[in-house]
Amino acid sequence: MSIEIKNVTKKFGKTVAVDAITAKIDEEKIYGILGRNGAGKSTLLNIISNRIIATDGEVLVDGEEAVENNSAQEKVFLMSEVDMYPQSMNTAEILKWTSKFYPDTDIEKGKEIAKRFTLDIKKGIGQLSTGYRTIAKFVAAIASNAKYTFLDEPVLGLDANHRELLYKIIVEEYAENPRMIAVATHIIEEVAGLLEEVIIIEKGKVIETDSVENLLSRGYGVTGKAELVDGFCANKNVIGTESIGSLKIAYILGHDNISEIPDGLEISPLNLQKLFIVLTGGEEEVK
Amino acid sequence: MNFRFTGDKPIYIEIAEQLEDAIFTDIYPEETQIPSTTELSVSLSINPATVLKGMNILVDGGIIYKKRGLGMYVCTGAVEKIRQKRQQGFYESYVAPLLSEAKKLGLDENEIISLIKGGNADEH
Repeated sequence: MSIEIKNVTKKFGKTVAVDAITAKIDEEKIYGILGRNGAGKSTLLNIISNRIIATDGEVLVDGEEAVENNSAQEKVFLMSEVDMYPQSMNTAEILKWTSKFYPDTDIEKGKEIAKRFTLDIKKGIGQLSTGYRTIAKFVAAIASNAKYTFLDEPVLGLDANHRELLYKIIVEEYAENPRMIAVATHIIEEVAGLLEEVIIIEKGKVIETDSVENLLSRGYGVTGKAELVDGFCANKNVIGTESIGSLKIAYILGHDNISEIPDGLEISPLNLQKLFIVLTGGEEEVK
Repeated sequence: MNFRFTGDKPIYIEIAEQLEDAIFTDIYPEETQIPSTTELSVSLSINPATVLKGMNILVDGGIIYKKRGLGMYVCTGAVEKIRQKRQQGFYESYVAPLLSEAKKLGLDENEIISLIKGGNADEH
């Protein structure tokens, strides 16, 4: 069982927000949908959850067409970045409303999670701070128990303690009731450990889709004095570099001659954040 | 148990090493239970598949074993196994970096030896 995205394109006027994306999202895994601002993440999620209609292509949820199809959509929950709920609605009402559309909703669990964040479920979401509005939406998403739960920028406005609690709850939920939970974000460092699979989107296209483990084992980093690093990198597939004074870090794909490390160079594993920046051409951000 | 991820190695390897260290230092004695995959993944906010992979390294190494329906337990003889492994790795993990650093600092053999002896004298 899975969500299949087949050749999906979305144009807004002349802008191509999603450009012929094909991808598969398996059940019972934690996904990261990673992309820079404006890469097309939210547009794609909105298409999967039937909030906007694709210009071309199709999305299948467990083999069923996703568009205007209740039996497909009750398996798909999207916690979106924008506020879809009326400002006067409170979290308790949102939970009740969620249970109308998602038959497996556990309202009590939602209330429990709200309590852990000390969210006042009787307060209208219009009166909540940005962070607590995010939490209210997260509470509904988790309580829905939807088979495919998408969280779009789920830590927006949250302080460090609440972010940590939110990640913990994702793992708890996944362990207790395994389901597909996807986190769409551009803040990668914090979620990297949580993810099993990633889909990297850049300029409306999927540029990578693989398990985190495979992705990170594709290469390595090498650190040392610039001239030593440059010498070592000759005829290797360097995908990006950073310099701090005369110290240089190069990120290399492949594992050629990794046993012959000259003195003065250190090898480190790739990390997801670095790999992401390099793959999405963000050199200027690194410097 | 206090997990610290250095980022120098893949997370599953760090999990295996830190569990191994906890077993070696008797935090989890032989024939007692270690935390479950779920407990570890929740407390560390790490994907359960990653934690499981780390644990499997220890299962393959004969350090822990699965008791059906109960969880993961530390094998009898695990501490001795870890000690032997660490003794074998002592040169690579400790002596080689020491010599490499000493070389950078321009310390000769006699100076290193007297430092080691001096360090010993301080302790006793």
